[in-house]
Amino acid sequence: MTVHTPEQLAHEQRRYLQVFFWLAILTALEIGIIYTPLTRFAIGSMLVLLAATKATLVALFYMHLAVEKRTLAYIALTPAVLCVFLLFMLMPDLGAFTRALVHATPVAAAHE
Amino acid sequence: MSQAAVAEHEFGVEPAESPLTPESWGKLGMWVFLAADAMSFGGLLAGYGALRYGDPTWPIPKNILGIQLTAFMTFLLICSSVTMVEALAAIRKGDQAGLRKFLVLTVLGGMMFLGFQAFEWTKLITREGQSIARDNFGATFFILTGFHGCHVFGGVTYLSAVLGRAARGVGGAIVVALVAILATLGVIVVTASTVSGLAAVAGALVGAGVVFAVVSALAGGTPVYSAHSNNEVEIAALYWHFVDLIWILVFTFVYLI
Repeated sequence: MTVHTPEQLAHEQRRYLQVFFWLAILTALEIGIIYTPLTRFAIGSMLVLLAATKATLVALFYMHLAVEKRTLAYIALTPAVLCVFLLFMLMPDLGAFTRALVHATPVAAAHE
Repeated sequence: MSQAAVAEHEFGVEPAESPLTPESWGKLGMWVFLAADAMSFGGLLAGYGALRYGDPTWPIPKNILGIQLTAFMTFLLICSSVTMVEALAAIRKGDQAGLRKFLVLTVLGGMMFLGFQAFEWTKLITREGQSIARDNFGATFFILTGFHGCHVFGGVTYLSAVLGRAARGVGGAIVVALVAILATLGVIVVTASTVSGLAAVAGALVGAGVVFAVVSALAGGTPVYSAHSNNEVEIAALYWHFVDLIWILVFTFVYLI
């Protein structure tokens, strides 16, 4: 049983508010970024980075992964690793599908 | 061999303490459940990415979806995560009234989120002509946000059950969870039928108010949670933060990119 001292609780509550502040700032940044005149790739990359940062903040401080045993963090990370793996597994099919769409003869042109 | 494993081997009984989460087995169970649930969301997001990448005619989401409203919904969920950690901090100090207050505020945030989602969906379907069957954009949008919305609904019910249990044990948990389900459905129906964001706010305030009134009426027995026994609150908090974390990703991938 973990019992928290008043000092620990006060420190945790200050940390919670700091994390909230950063989450709000990062969300505002995300909204701002989509209206910048950058390329879609640059905007997308920055948004992914910001979302990953926000998700990490929630997991580390609100879900207390920062103070849990490392094995628990591995359990939490497993789905993320598997999803990245899934994306890479889909890549060859996606490339072929996009090429087929781009090089396909338009239906109207085929009938002319 | 660890002490827990030795105990299991020698006495054939389940060790009382999880080596990963010494507080409780329930916490480890919740983490394993969340990992599995994250894979469901991961599969849906990967499918969304695959369909979108393969379709050069995919619309730019911000041209169709209301970014300002969903940014506010994101902020709302972040605020509800703060009230959730404050609820846990309150009970860790033995503050029963603080636990109830912050849990009700968290439930309010969840109800308001669902109200805004009902508003957004109704607007998209009735005014913009979007639907789950129209195209891949509509299908992925409604499935992803709908699946997340179901999680928020489940979270509101779960937190209300914890709230009821804090007030009056298992009976209280059942009563308050049922009240919260009816109140949340009421918020969704009223918002969808009026297509008004104001109705979502007002409905959620009334719904959370009713939950608070029922909890206040039930409170008075021996406290179930205390500064030394609050694992159930922490486990419920894990679920709620997970719902917030997933929305952060859904908001970025479905609305912003």
